[in-house]
Amino acid sequence: MRIAVRLIAVWSVLAGLIHTSSLIAAEQSIERFIVMASTTSTVNSGLFDYLLPKFSNKFKMQIRVVGVGTGQALRIARRGDADVLFVHHKESELAFVRDGFGVKRLNVMYNDFIIVGPQVDPAKIKKTKTAAAAYQAIAQSRAVFVSRGDDSGTHKKSLAIWQSAINTKPKSAIWYQESGAGMGATLNIASSMEAYTLTDRATWENFNNKTTLKILFENDPLLQNQYGIIKVNPALHKHVKSQEAEIFIKWVLSAEGQATINTYRLNGKQVFFANAPGKKMN
Amino acid sequence: MSDFSEAFAAALALILNFESSLAEIVGLSLQVSLVAVFIASLIGLPLGAALAVFRFPGRKTLVVILNALMGLPPVVVGLIVYLILSRSGPLGTLGLLFTPTAMIIAQTLLIMPIIAALTRQSTVQLWHEYEDQFKSLGAGPGETVTALLWDDRFNLVTTILAGFGRASAEVGAVMIVGGNIDHVTRVMTTTIALETSKGNLALALGLGVILLCLALGVNAAAYLINEAALKRHG
Repeated sequence: MRIAVRLIAVWSVLAGLIHTSSLIAAEQSIERFIVMASTTSTVNSGLFDYLLPKFSNKFKMQIRVVGVGTGQALRIARRGDADVLFVHHKESELAFVRDGFGVKRLNVMYNDFIIVGPQVDPAKIKKTKTAAAAYQAIAQSRAVFVSRGDDSGTHKKSLAIWQSAINTKPKSAIWYQESGAGMGATLNIASSMEAYTLTDRATWENFNNKTTLKILFENDPLLQNQYGIIKVNPALHKHVKSQEAEIFIKWVLSAEGQATINTYRLNGKQVFFANAPGKKMN
Repeated sequence: MSDFSEAFAAALALILNFESSLAEIVGLSLQVSLVAVFIASLIGLPLGAALAVFRFPGRKTLVVILNALMGLPPVVVGLIVYLILSRSGPLGTLGLLFTPTAMIIAQTLLIMPIIAALTRQSTVQLWHEYEDQFKSLGAGPGETVTALLWDDRFNLVTTILAGFGRASAEVGAVMIVGGNIDHVTRVMTTTIALETSKGNLALALGLGVILLCLALGVNAAAYLINEAALKRHG
């Protein structure tokens, strides 16, 4: 019978666990929240840890961020699994709205992409004047370049640079490798292979496994990285929390939201620059 | 080797400073995996024993399929559950995507075949030994399955632990259906993936050490209970 007592004890512990988890679920459903599909760069850079609590405290609303590549974020939003979309590839965002999945696309902020690579710079891209010329130099010297190879905003930008550099996308080769992974994973690979890669500045600043990697090319208008925000269309997906989404978007684009973005510092540097329509910020 | 010593230092620091955020993540990990194991056992144990006992057409095919399902890739399970729970999917109206419940569903589907297949494997031997006795006693199907499971309970603890190990270690499924949302669906494995992507390798490995310690704790507890029960039982 002692065994039976023990078994009962084990089951009651398990039952207790189920009970607490259902309690937690109940707790969560009471709180107001919206789901926002966004990119890994905004999550990994720590911007949201800084920005979102300021909003949540004021409006008593939780923003649940799913941080994935821009392509995947768009797919999540298209299926109606998010209320707000916050990503960085303008053409895809405009197409998203054009196809009726989103209500309106608005600029939020920008920063830039940079080309990082091994300190010794085998392709000598430091001397180049444009991003396209830097890519050309890498292609000509056959120095190893790690590409995301997914459908992230960063990869789409990289493809655009390749297009203007050599009129095509390089074929997978010993020097051109596709990681098929996120920005952080790709930086880890580039770091261990001493390879070049394109990254957004925020992810780079927050990345702690740089080893020999350095910023080797920056400051080209082509490298601008614009972030936009879109409310998922409630006419298409009835359950979209339209009002709540509206409140959040309004706040992010307000003077307060924009100033909060501008005051965020990573390693003492400003990595996001607010540029919402109609707001002149420094 | 400095990478590993750094990782252990990170793990130690994490444990010593026991932050509430870490406690939250560890708590959610345990909750999701334990509840998944519980539900998967409720289905998997009787299913496995039934497959050991009853003869019906297609049984062998079912056994092969079940064994094959032990190798289900977590990402595939995650994707299937995602498509089902997505707002555009058949169960979209429930609004379960990106919640702990979705993670429990995914992990349950992932480990149920493991528990069922291992249970069948273990009880089929008992069944061969006692088949005649059961038949002479005229035991009904329900009684037979219950009696077999009860007789085999000490072996089945390992079966259930195998399920728990798989559940608590996987990242692919919970990442997709949970979304790794801070304070809502972030568990140990998704945190490890996130910290790795930030290049915080020591911290990621440190979290891995804590995850291992948790698994060790759960297994040690199960082992001790099992030993004590065996002793009393003779």
